[in-house]
Amino acid sequence: MASLRVSGVTVSFGGNRALDGVGMTAEPGRITGLIGPNGAGKSTLFDVATGLRRPSSGRVHLDGRDVTRMRPSARAKCGLARTFQRLELFGRLSVHDNLLVAAELGPERPRAAGVVKEILDRLGLTGLADTAPDTLPTGVGRLVEVGRALALRPKVLLLDEPAAGQDAEETERFAALLRSLADDGTAVVLVEHDMSLVMSVCDDVYVLDLGKVIAVGPPEVIRNDETVLAAYLGDA
Amino acid sequence: MDQFLTFGIVGLSTAAIYAVIGSGLVLTYTTTGVFNFAHGAAGMLSAFSYWQLTVGWGWPVPIALAVVLLLLAPAFGLLVERFILRPVQALGEAERLVMTVALLSGLIGVARWIWDPNVARPLPAFFDDRPPFHIGPAAVTWHQAITMAVAVAVAITLRLLLYRTRAGAEMRATVDDRALVGLTGADPVRANKAAWILGTQLAALGGILIAPTVTLDAAQLSLLIVSAYTAAVFGRLRSVPLTFIGAVVIGCTESYLTGYLPQNDYLPGLRLAAPALLLFIALLVFPHRRLRGRDRRLAPVPVPTARGTLVFAAATIAFGVVLASVLGEADLITYGPIFSLGIVALSYVPLTGYAGQISLCQLSMAGIGAVVWAHFGAHGQLWALGLAVLVAAVAGALIALPALRLSGVYLALGTAAFAVVLDRWIFTLPAFHVLGVEVALFDQGSVEVTGPSLFGLRLDSGEELMVLAAVCLALASVLVAALRRGRFGRRLIALRDSEAAYATLGGNLLFAKVLVFSLASGIAGLGGALYGMQQRAITPDQFNLIAGLPLFLVAVIGGLGAVGNGLFTGTALIGPTNALITLAPSLQNPVALLPALAGMGLGKNPDGIAAHFRHQWEPLGRDRIARTALLAWLATAWLLRLGDLIDGWTFLGGALVVAVALRTWASARQAPAAEPEIPVEWWGVRRDWRPEDEEVLARGVAAS
Repeated sequence: MASLRVSGVTVSFGGNRALDGVGMTAEPGRITGLIGPNGAGKSTLFDVATGLRRPSSGRVHLDGRDVTRMRPSARAKCGLARTFQRLELFGRLSVHDNLLVAAELGPERPRAAGVVKEILDRLGLTGLADTAPDTLPTGVGRLVEVGRALALRPKVLLLDEPAAGQDAEETERFAALLRSLADDGTAVVLVEHDMSLVMSVCDDVYVLDLGKVIAVGPPEVIRNDETVLAAYLGDA
Repeated sequence: MDQFLTFGIVGLSTAAIYAVIGSGLVLTYTTTGVFNFAHGAAGMLSAFSYWQLTVGWGWPVPIALAVVLLLLAPAFGLLVERFILRPVQALGEAERLVMTVALLSGLIGVARWIWDPNVARPLPAFFDDRPPFHIGPAAVTWHQAITMAVAVAVAITLRLLLYRTRAGAEMRATVDDRALVGLTGADPVRANKAAWILGTQLAALGGILIAPTVTLDAAQLSLLIVSAYTAAVFGRLRSVPLTFIGAVVIGCTESYLTGYLPQNDYLPGLRLAAPALLLFIALLVFPHRRLRGRDRRLAPVPVPTARGTLVFAAATIAFGVVLASVLGEADLITYGPIFSLGIVALSYVPLTGYAGQISLCQLSMAGIGAVVWAHFGAHGQLWALGLAVLVAAVAGALIALPALRLSGVYLALGTAAFAVVLDRWIFTLPAFHVLGVEVALFDQGSVEVTGPSLFGLRLDSGEELMVLAAVCLALASVLVAALRRGRFGRRLIALRDSEAAYATLGGNLLFAKVLVFSLASGIAGLGGALYGMQQRAITPDQFNLIAGLPLFLVAVIGGLGAVGNGLFTGTALIGPTNALITLAPSLQNPVALLPALAGMGLGKNPDGIAAHFRHQWEPLGRDRIARTALLAWLATAWLLRLGDLIDGWTFLGGALVVAVALRTWASARQAPAAEPEIPVEWWGVRRDWRPEDEEVLARGVAAS
């Protein structure tokens, strides 16, 4: 299975540095949390990892291979998949076809229909297969995006606030899903504001603030880290 | 050196006009977010109005200028803002673009209606009675000097307005976030109005300044704007100073090309096409944009069933056969394009409807198909039809390469530029040789086109060609429907809905875009070849940018996601307009405005009316009795027509009346019977108790 490693990544918007020398590693079989206040640079880091944004400096390695200059589509072929903070579903295709597009682009293309069926069952979306995704509640839409990413059979899965809009019960089921994905050997990176979810499922947590990594470690360490508390709660 | 200086002065004077017009375009775009394709047409209309006041009615120049610039132009700008663009402000970029394309098409129609295009209208230059003065060896006319002075004044005024006044700040802020601007107490609608007034005034000023140096022709003047577009693109549609620099580059390039381009048969067209070529290049050297995320709203793309598609295809062929058998030879030439142009319109369905690529050069692709067929199919060889499709497809692939870098308004501009280059230069080239093969295009005039040979049978009569075109449209519709149901169709829709998501799933944008452009251009090329056969002779004018606009507009109005759009567009574009002209020849000019007016109605039916039509006629298709009655009536009337007992118009008019009557009857039969109103206290007594009644009662109690 593959791992994702970004090192020394810097991205500037005009005079502002959205990311400033950020490094992060996601290992197979582990869930890596990426947290931080709004505007910390979490989604930008996903954009850099998937090739939607070119960093001004820094490298991205996928399974030891330098993919920094690769196009997003080529990175996907290497086993990298993601979801988006702002839903990017194919609004004019049904839920089923959203997953089918991904499955037909993935490694199991010959049995794409079977892959879609299996994922819909796994996520409990079978009843919504023919629904237009735009009519779904946000929480369900996010689950469809997760399903679409899974249809690629990814080795590294980047999830951008996948549990937003879910209730407690759904979040619990989602946590179990993440755990089972990691158990299958997938490297999962989770950007999430639901701290209880992050702290309960993640093996490692990176904390970003103002484009810099301010803390790394297991959840129990991060929970009590002074710098992290200051970043979230302020210095008062 | 003297010549260089002289051409430089001419170039700078032209550049000044482009700068004035271009800055108006930038002003409107930065404030309203609308790229106004009709900006040049507004200038054209102003030039005609100015001619009417000064030359036509003999008004003094200062009064005419004041009326046009201070009264007519602002009023026009306000009308456009209020009635054309405000209704679609909340819709997507494509809809706003279509509105301005409709306006362009409409304004050209209006100008041709009011001012007969066959009458020459020379417009004197300003102070043309005074001798030019000299700067060194170069003579400068007063008109040129005034033009340059006006450009400088415009530059200074705009700078002061945008950066030193509250109104300017409001205008600059509006495009970024209308809602947010509203919260700060500013008024986005007021900013929009100001931008449209000023933008139209600048277009009018440019139109009046350029008119004395060119022929006063509606289409030509409207297309002079291509140079101003290029200047605006140099300014990235946002920067007025860069727009001025772009204008200088273009004005001088045009002028020096006139002075120094070698004289031969192949290059005069290049001079005319230079602005469009520069526009194309300017668009391509843009920095890479980020992949686009989701649009706010997208028109639906229904999935046609295999059975429904086959029924539709059979109906299309039947329609072609019936029309071919009831129309006379002259009418066959008039109405034949229903199917051939329908095929060209169908090419928009995969390209724009599914993949979201806006193209204004589909009729040019049809022109390529037509000209290839004209030369290689001169003896009816069927393989030449394949070649026509192939060559058009290759040309489409060439367009796809810039499409990877462009989207929305930039792609529309790029394809428009391509259409202009083809029309002004490539299509006008004399025969030339490539690798020993002679390539002849339109032979600098018109080319005769004949029909194909099919299984030893030469299809050359109007009837045969109409049926052939109907069969081809039916087959192309089946192909597009299959595409929609298949893997590639899903991918096209996916890449349109979110390029970013499609790319991060491993989708190859370049491959998909090249393929869909090739496919659409191939379809358009087939339509063009058939159109050429029906017209018997073709000229480049039949395939130019302006001629293609009504087709584009009607296709958009039809709804680009529907496979039936080819037949709809062909019928709507050719049928009613020509029928109205036949009934009342004096209506020719107003009828020419119909596509533009339809385009402007987009705000009311953003998802297209082809689906609406289908929905309306579905009851007739579902009702066995009505369906059988209609078929029986059609068969009887057809036999009567074949026996020459009724004429074609009676047949078609009768068919329409009977079909509408049967549809109304079938709709009434299928409508659910209205339930008599039963008071709530009798629910469960006079009628059965229903599960939902409980909730209705609970809500009623809660609300009381």
